[in-house]
Amino acid sequence: MNHHVLPVRTYVLIWLLLLIATGTTLGVAYIDLGPWNIVVALAIAFTKMSLVVLFFMHVKGQSSLTKLFVVAGFFFMAILILITMTDYGTRSWLPQGRMW
Amino acid sequence: MSDQAVPIEHHSPFLQHHFDDLNQQMDSSTLGMWVFLLTEIMFFGGMFGAYTIYRSLYPEAFASTSRHMIPWLGGINTAVLICSSLTMALAVRSAQIGKRNLIRIFLILTMIFGIAFLGVKFTEYYLHWQDHLVPWAGFQYPEAPQYFRQAQILFCFYFFMTGFHAVHMFVGLGLLTWLLVKNERINFGPIYYNPVEITGLYWHFVDIVWIFLFPLLYLIGAHS
Repeated sequence: MNHHVLPVRTYVLIWLLLLIATGTTLGVAYIDLGPWNIVVALAIAFTKMSLVVLFFMHVKGQSSLTKLFVVAGFFFMAILILITMTDYGTRSWLPQGRMW
Repeated sequence: MSDQAVPIEHHSPFLQHHFDDLNQQMDSSTLGMWVFLLTEIMFFGGMFGAYTIYRSLYPEAFASTSRHMIPWLGGINTAVLICSSLTMALAVRSAQIGKRNLIRIFLILTMIFGIAFLGVKFTEYYLHWQDHLVPWAGFQYPEAPQYFRQAQILFCFYFFMTGFHAVHMFVGLGLLTWLLVKNERINFGPIYYNPVEITGLYWHFVDIVWIFLFPLLYLIGAHS
């Protein structure tokens, strides 16, 4: 087969990083960073997700087609959230007019 | 006696007839699983999108629910799932090198972590039930009555998102049971370990969903 076997220490290292990141998420949540709390929490979550996808899910060693599909999935997820929020986030910018 | 030997076509018993070779079969099943996972991303994505809208509309109400969440339990559950992902990844690795006993051990460990996660999760559900935090089922919110209705929206998201996640965990446990049986019947090894790899993809995906649910549901207003 074309997929080579990753060494155990790679998996253990990723596992340790994921645990450290979980502890960091928990710790940072108790520090008041104002609007940055959610930014930090999501940044850590995206980092954890990338580690899982690239190493545990072996996307790092997959064909370009599979990589393209994975990226497409997250791209459409981003469209879903971003375009919805450009609507909800900007409704108050418009002058209050009559609804007809 | 014939002077020409009839050529015998050797092909692996694992190779389905509609694939050229095992590599193509492996790439196809991996890609197919990812296509399924993309539909799963959009399934959970809809709920994450709706959550984002309502959290941006009612930030104070959502933050006020944090006092009812138990972040250390959620944190333990995150760690438990990460451990289960490690054992799942090691089960796949054992299948790649064809070690039946190791596959069995790591699959069972993964299932133990999965069951532990569900145990903690349902304990939390029970505590929420006791605290009257289930929407439309005697919901009470005496400490912030002005958020009575908006807090119910958050708890709807909480129960639906963690509930669908738990359903996925049950499906995962079913798949692991199936693998455990299959492992005794056929020899997973370097030439064929697709079912273990594919189930691993599913299991890790469910882990990723939780990686996002944990900070979004448990830690909204932890600092205030």
